[in-house]
Amino acid sequence: MPQPVISAHNLVKAYRSKGKPDFLAVDGLSFEVAPGESFGLLGPNGAGKSTTMKMIGAVSTRTSGDLEILGLDPDRYGPEIRSRLGVVPQQDNLDGELNARENLYIYGRYFGLPGKVCHQKADELLAFAQLEDKAKNKVDQLSGGMKRRLTIARGLINDPRILLLDEPTTGLDPQARHVLWDRLFRLKERGTTLVLTTHYMDEAEQLCDRLIVVDKGRIMAEGTPSSLIREHSSREVLEVRFGSDRNEQVAAQLQGIGDRVEVLPDRVLIYAGDGEAALERVTSAGLHPITSLVRRSSLEDVFLRLTGRSLIE
Amino acid sequence: MSTTTHPTLAELRAEAMEWGRRPRRFGSWYVTEHMVRAMRAYGWTIIVGALGQPIMYLLGLAVGLAALIQVPVIDRGQEVDYLVFVAPALLVTAAIAVASEEMTYPVMAGFKWRRYFYGFNASPLASPQIAHGVIAGAAARMFVAVGAYYLFLWIFDLFVETVPSPGTGWLAIPVGVAAGLAFGVPLMAYAGSIEDDKGQFALVQRFIFMPMFLFSGTFYPLDTLPVWLQWIGWISPLWHGAELGRIATYGEAVSAGEVLFHVGYLVVLTVLGYLWGRRIFIERLAK
Repeated sequence: MPQPVISAHNLVKAYRSKGKPDFLAVDGLSFEVAPGESFGLLGPNGAGKSTTMKMIGAVSTRTSGDLEILGLDPDRYGPEIRSRLGVVPQQDNLDGELNARENLYIYGRYFGLPGKVCHQKADELLAFAQLEDKAKNKVDQLSGGMKRRLTIARGLINDPRILLLDEPTTGLDPQARHVLWDRLFRLKERGTTLVLTTHYMDEAEQLCDRLIVVDKGRIMAEGTPSSLIREHSSREVLEVRFGSDRNEQVAAQLQGIGDRVEVLPDRVLIYAGDGEAALERVTSAGLHPITSLVRRSSLEDVFLRLTGRSLIE
Repeated sequence: MSTTTHPTLAELRAEAMEWGRRPRRFGSWYVTEHMVRAMRAYGWTIIVGALGQPIMYLLGLAVGLAALIQVPVIDRGQEVDYLVFVAPALLVTAAIAVASEEMTYPVMAGFKWRRYFYGFNASPLASPQIAHGVIAGAAARMFVAVGAYYLFLWIFDLFVETVPSPGTGWLAIPVGVAAGLAFGVPLMAYAGSIEDDKGQFALVQRFIFMPMFLFSGTFYPLDTLPVWLQWIGWISPLWHGAELGRIATYGEAVSAGEVLFHVGYLVVLTVLGYLWGRRIFIERLAK
């Protein structure tokens, strides 16, 4: 196996505030990312994903543990590491005073690229982000999806070895998400290492070769999306709704059907190898749900199993 | 996973070391370039301000007030026309006015409203380089404002005397920029320390900039004021800058000590402001 481009061992980030115990945003994470891999951090808001990304991005220093990016220690070689990273932050931080093309051009300058190269790259990336006709538009005039694409394009100005994406599609409509996913697939095909955080399980399943499930700063599970699902969930899930006041009560009668039963406020989940068969057993027990649905298990189910909580709360 | 052949870790490390070299050296200038480019969005305000302000002030004072004040001002025992006395102080004020714009809202925008400083910081640039670029960008605009002022003084001088010592008078330009920075750099640090905008900049304008403008010996020698008001001038970079400007444009025999005292005060304010600002930029961007 090639040497990892990112390696973290017992990574800790503590925030200190007067009169309060230290808050451990990241509490001993260890993971490695191979070159060309698409690696995900999946977890709910506040799990420590963004803090981890900032440490990988060499902007936030670690409290303890070992971290190497491209074989360099970010505490000492921050500018060198950042010169080979592309970063797409959770909140867009484009300069609204400049137009789309200027935002790309000026960002290229930060890497020490000559003006001519920056102009050429800016045009290429506008095409990549499908924003050629918006080149002269001020950033403020662009839609959310366009700004996101421009931010990704900006992150590619230096042909980065690793692209860090923090919640890349949060707040985007489904169509804009798919356009973005398509662009990220292309990068993956070119061999760019992708590291992304998300709280959308479909995104993690679509984009990640391998991922860690993070909660409260700790790794709950690690693996490929399919292996995680295999390991922590059944093949199928039967969702049944009996009305919010009855779900809890009916759930007691459902025990024994399938591998496991999980009660959520609005529905009951029955984990089973064969969802249709499970549904038959439910109805033959004289229980008639208002609605029922059989679906494939997803990372959401893995997360629920591991933490007892839903990803989007 | 892709089947592309990937470079070894040693190659990647060497590549990063190579790529990091230029940003480490020139990063501050890249931020300056950005700040100056961003100013083009309000380029007209800058140009109209830089040209309009001197024309209005100098005309108003030369044609209006100076006509009323026929008695020459006695400054350091030297008699000078009112316009000659007031012009260097107005020139320095122009730089300080630029500082009060460039070191407030753009800093707040960079950290909070638009967060573009975080964008800079994700690139190879280091946090102090971002502060340097903000300072250098503002200094560039101060230079334009002060330079335009001096140009107008020179044009006015063709009709009424404004710069009796043209040989040293041009030094008023670097003096103006220095005074602007002595006010602006600490202001940048303060702006960087603000988490929530609760109208602090309007307060700076009303309760720091305005009193400084009125009580720093801008329109009359500082010792005209009672002692209990003179302290405003003593601590104000405007007064120290204006005094240096006066020494440059018409001052005859002044001691080197006096010049050093004023220059030293401006330098100390700038350095203290810089150290404070540097710390704020580093801490806030690493959060």
